[in-house]
Amino acid sequence: MNQQELQSLRALIASHKRWDFLFGVLGVLALMLGVMTFVALFADMTINGIGRINIDFLTSFPSRRAANAGILSAWVGSVLVMLVTACAAVPLGVAAGVYLEEYAPKNWFTDIIEINVTNLAGVPSIIYGLLALGLFVYTFGLGQSILTAGLTLALLILPVVIVATREAIRAIPQIIREGAYACGATTWQVVSDHIVPYSSAGILTGVIIGMARAIGETAPIITVGALTFIAFLPPAPFTGDPSAGLFDWLFAPFTVMPIQMFNWTSRPERAFLDNAAAAGFILVLMTLTMNGLAIWLRYRLRKNIKW
Amino acid sequence: MIAHAEHDVAEVVPPLKAEARNLSFHYGSFQALKNINMPVYERKVTSLIGPSGCGKSTYLRCFNRMHDLYPGNRYDGTIEFHPDRTDLLSKAVDPIEVRMRISMVFQKPNPFPKSIYENVAYGLRVRGESARSVIDDKVEAALKGAALWGEVKDRLKELGANLSGGQQQRLCIARALATDPELLLFDEPTSALDPIATANIEELISELKERVTILIVTHNMQQAARISDYTAYMYLGEMIEFGVTDQIFIKPRRKETEDYITGRFG
Repeated sequence: MNQQELQSLRALIASHKRWDFLFGVLGVLALMLGVMTFVALFADMTINGIGRINIDFLTSFPSRRAANAGILSAWVGSVLVMLVTACAAVPLGVAAGVYLEEYAPKNWFTDIIEINVTNLAGVPSIIYGLLALGLFVYTFGLGQSILTAGLTLALLILPVVIVATREAIRAIPQIIREGAYACGATTWQVVSDHIVPYSSAGILTGVIIGMARAIGETAPIITVGALTFIAFLPPAPFTGDPSAGLFDWLFAPFTVMPIQMFNWTSRPERAFLDNAAAAGFILVLMTLTMNGLAIWLRYRLRKNIKW
Repeated sequence: MIAHAEHDVAEVVPPLKAEARNLSFHYGSFQALKNINMPVYERKVTSLIGPSGCGKSTYLRCFNRMHDLYPGNRYDGTIEFHPDRTDLLSKAVDPIEVRMRISMVFQKPNPFPKSIYENVAYGLRVRGESARSVIDDKVEAALKGAALWGEVKDRLKELGANLSGGQQQRLCIARALATDPELLLFDEPTSALDPIATANIEELISELKERVTILIVTHNMQQAARISDYTAYMYLGEMIEFGVTDQIFIKPRRKETEDYITGRFG
């Protein structure tokens, strides 16, 4: 190759590399657009709300006076509703996912179920709210309660849990399954000794991501009848007179963080908007904590899984 | 009959452990095994050789009903298992029962992502054994049987996956041995290992035949010649020739076997 050919080759490579550079810049811009939007939003909320965040804000009930108002009933409501959601969605979702992967025969019937599960993830959340209003509130008579809200959100995140479970199970190499079956294990022994333990990191991640979505849901919770102003907590077990039962709190009226925020943003006074920003800051913090927990748990659990 | 070809060689025929009769196997509409007849003799090593795709692994996996795990598979014929003459392929026989009597070691080491101890103990746990002292003893015996005890006795709590490839394969052999199987199946157990680990496994197999019948698939003819008492040559789903290993390698009866052995084909 002579000097001139070498020169033109280098020029060609340089012109090809311009596309690498161009796409790199575009990619960073696209990434920034998403990240910066969130950062700007979060920063704005922090600036407006930070002045309101103190212990009193967390331990006070809502009030007509913005300066005295707090989010006690909202965050307690959110935590309790999430507890119900997790208790309902995890066993149902994991069982469904395990069944579809390890037990179900492959035929047209299970194909239809699979398509349905995937589609459920795309159903608007307000539809779940209407379903829950009809089913849980009116048909089952569970009332406009923490139980109803928790079950509604459980339905909402069930597809997420099922899909996460199935994907985690599919990541287990077939040769591990065969090794277990070759030891004389039944399908149930393979599932309980191997499949579920080895996929627990992926399942947990899916559950927490689902929960992080559920904690910010407003529409279905309003539909089933959460209160917008509530100045008492659900009864703790074995307190009050007459003494509350172990599960009485499940049937108590409630509110949740996004509804509290929604309520405050609709007020004309500037001070309530600051309250809303402060509540939003705490809600985002709760979500980020859950996501962080998911990452940490995944790391912890995967450390002991090597194929 | 192919099955009795070794009668020509002046040798006492050992007792039978299993015998395949008119065994055919279909994956859906594809016939992978065609009318196979072959004995497996007790406490002997029997090798299955043949080019890729000849059906030797498929044949091996009939013995522990591994094909039952997947839909659309069909067995025809019988594999009679001695001394009780149970037909391993019969629909009336639970594949779980078959797998409890017959252990398997796979091509790629597949330890569970559990501790070394739990890997070996798994077969016992599946059988409902819960007495710690019994499990301890059997785990130790199995690891000794797999020539791994000396290397792992101080690290039984560590993950099986932390061992080297050859050690992992011996761990899988220990897992298979822990339940005192009557027949041990090996599916190309050294194909993923380096030469030293391969030599260790081969030596181990020669020791193991004192206590257990062994059926091994290998694509390495030298390995078959080194470790096995009997050898079967398969091609395109058919059993071409079965006989004493020396006879197969020194004076094969069939032209196809000779071509494969001498490297003119395959």
